[in-house]
Amino acid sequence: MPERTVMSEHHPPRRPRRETVTYASAHAGGTAPRPAARRPVHPPARSEIDEQTTLGHTYVRALMRSQLRAALTALGALALLVGTLPLLVALPAPEAVVWGVLGVGVYPVVWAVAHWYVRRAEANERDFTGLVER
Amino acid sequence: MNPNHTYAVVAVTAVVLATVLIGALGLRISRTTSDFYVASRTVRPGLNAAAISGEYLSAASFLGIAGLVLVQGPAMLWYPVGYTAGYLVLLVLVAAPLRRSGAYTLSDFAEARLESPAARRLASLFVVGIGWLYLLPQLQGAGLTLEILTGAPDWAGGLIVALVVTGTVAAGGMRSITFVQAFQYWLKLTALLVPAVFLLAAWYGDGAPRARFDAPAVLREHTVVRLADTVRIDLDAPLTVTVTGSVDSVRHDHRTVTLAPGTHHVLAGTELAFAPGTRVPERAAGDAGPSPDVARGDAPLASPGWSQPLAGGHDGHQLYATYGLILATFLGTMGLPHVAVRFYTSPHGRAARRTTLVVLGLVGAFYLLPPLYGALGRVYAPELALTGSADAAVLVLPDRVLGGVLGDLLGALLAGGAFAAFLSTASGLTMSVAGVLTQDVLPSRGVRHFRLATLLATAVPLGTGVVASKVPVADAVGLAFAVSASSFCPLLVLGIWWRRLTPPGAMAGLLLGGGSALAAVMATRAGLAPAGWAHTLMAWPAVWSVPLGFLGMVLVSLATPRRIPAGTPALLARLHLPEEFAAPVPEEVRR
Repeated sequence: MPERTVMSEHHPPRRPRRETVTYASAHAGGTAPRPAARRPVHPPARSEIDEQTTLGHTYVRALMRSQLRAALTALGALALLVGTLPLLVALPAPEAVVWGVLGVGVYPVVWAVAHWYVRRAEANERDFTGLVER
Repeated sequence: MNPNHTYAVVAVTAVVLATVLIGALGLRISRTTSDFYVASRTVRPGLNAAAISGEYLSAASFLGIAGLVLVQGPAMLWYPVGYTAGYLVLLVLVAAPLRRSGAYTLSDFAEARLESPAARRLASLFVVGIGWLYLLPQLQGAGLTLEILTGAPDWAGGLIVALVVTGTVAAGGMRSITFVQAFQYWLKLTALLVPAVFLLAAWYGDGAPRARFDAPAVLREHTVVRLADTVRIDLDAPLTVTVTGSVDSVRHDHRTVTLAPGTHHVLAGTELAFAPGTRVPERAAGDAGPSPDVARGDAPLASPGWSQPLAGGHDGHQLYATYGLILATFLGTMGLPHVAVRFYTSPHGRAARRTTLVVLGLVGAFYLLPPLYGALGRVYAPELALTGSADAAVLVLPDRVLGGVLGDLLGALLAGGAFAAFLSTASGLTMSVAGVLTQDVLPSRGVRHFRLATLLATAVPLGTGVVASKVPVADAVGLAFAVSASSFCPLLVLGIWWRRLTPPGAMAGLLLGGGSALAAVMATRAGLAPAGWAHTLMAWPAVWSVPLGFLGMVLVSLATPRRIPAGTPALLARLHLPEEFAAPVPEEVRR
């Protein structure tokens, strides 16, 4: 049923996430050159962030902006797709349409927006990590 | 109307015992303080999502939505939609940063973000207030359900729920709660799904009669209705009915009378017998009959005076009320104390997001079911709309449609599910209210004081429920959503995304938004609101009180730029940076 889909959608992406953890990348056997090169010396951008310099704050602001953009896009989609429905329903719509839209149709839409957002937000974080660690 | 009492008692007992047992299991695992409070942050997304969903789906979801749909039709579908979409808003604006803040309660968040003990105290006040507002109807609803199912006195159900919840929460803390809640999600889903399959099969075998919501419902068979309270009914056509009791101050004793079109008063205790094919008379608009039996939980619309705007014609009032509901539920979810606490149990921000995504799936799947019961109830038990016990629709349908032992068994399953709904929501609320009480009200901290706080967290709403038994069950929860949307939504959103928030600004916004929402709804309930638009505006405050909360926070913050907390940049970095960048967060934040 729907929740089964959610679970199966949910499980596969969890593995890649683990690999970003330092332990896991150490076990990965050096397939990625990145972790080995990174660990001994912190890249400059990273220490800027750790030490909270002005440049570090600029990095953080850039990440916040991209995350806020993703959030506002998702909220915009929600407002457009679901928030306008009362106007539609206020029109003399056939009852079956109201049932179909509010009883069933809304849920996959909400979930799809959420799914898009989660992927977008994680991509933003990956991009940020890539930028800072390079 | 009652399913077989024995089966229902067995089912409710089984749910209570299972809750206690799983709670005890958690107690053996939970050893350290960290375990006790937040399950050591090791709760996996699947389990945690089921727990969050189990906690969130209260009796309003389980019983209330079906009842509202039965009486008022598909417009009520906005409730489950709002309850679900609230999680989407929570996900995109709050989930990961709230987890990364390391805050356990909303008061922790307020203090961490604003570095102000005063802001923390005010936030605590709102947490405890919203929590109690939400607990009160859960306990009262449990009492009413048990009364309907078994004829027990109305305080018994609330007392049972309070005892079980206090016991499990005090004994096992968050870990056992997580297991209990996850179990209760699946129990609730099963309890609605299995009977729904049988009911739909029977309905199909019956020739699949269509439910009509644009016309008065028609009784399919000879039906006897006993009115628990005095009602006014509006007739637009003559109605022939056999009356035992008093109609329009005239006593009848099993006499068949024909009532002329117009408004009629039917005294409490009167029995009306309808012939098959009779159209169910509708309760008159603005019927101020006692509403507690209309609602069994947190379905804010259920009392007649309250529901009128949304149910009434297709005019501006209805549209406004719909948007009031949308704003309150979409934005109020993130500020519910028991919802916010859950994010602490995710290991990191990314897991918090993914957990929320699973929650959306689980909650959405669940909400496909209650409207089915509402539609079937309109076909098979339309007289519930007249008696004011429409929330019993879910419980009585198996008996009505299937009958026999199967009907009794399925009815008992539904009763167990309903009790699971009361227990799970009450547990989560108790947990979060007790957490805040321990930290901010009781003198010293530690597990023993947490147990004392648990007792306090349930005793106050239980006591209030006994004393103020007239408080309408549904209104308290609608109030909780509106207050949460007007207070904690601005605090969380601005706290996470806006650098210039100051403690005075936050406190002004909390008081302006949350305070005015509280005052408006209280005034409406007290009957102080004048009729017309003023009434609609005050009954559905979210449309104006949420902007008021935001505006208050922004303007006062801008006016006090020197009060911006020194640690703001560092804290915002921690909220938004992926965990691998963040400075190690102490495992025990302020504890």
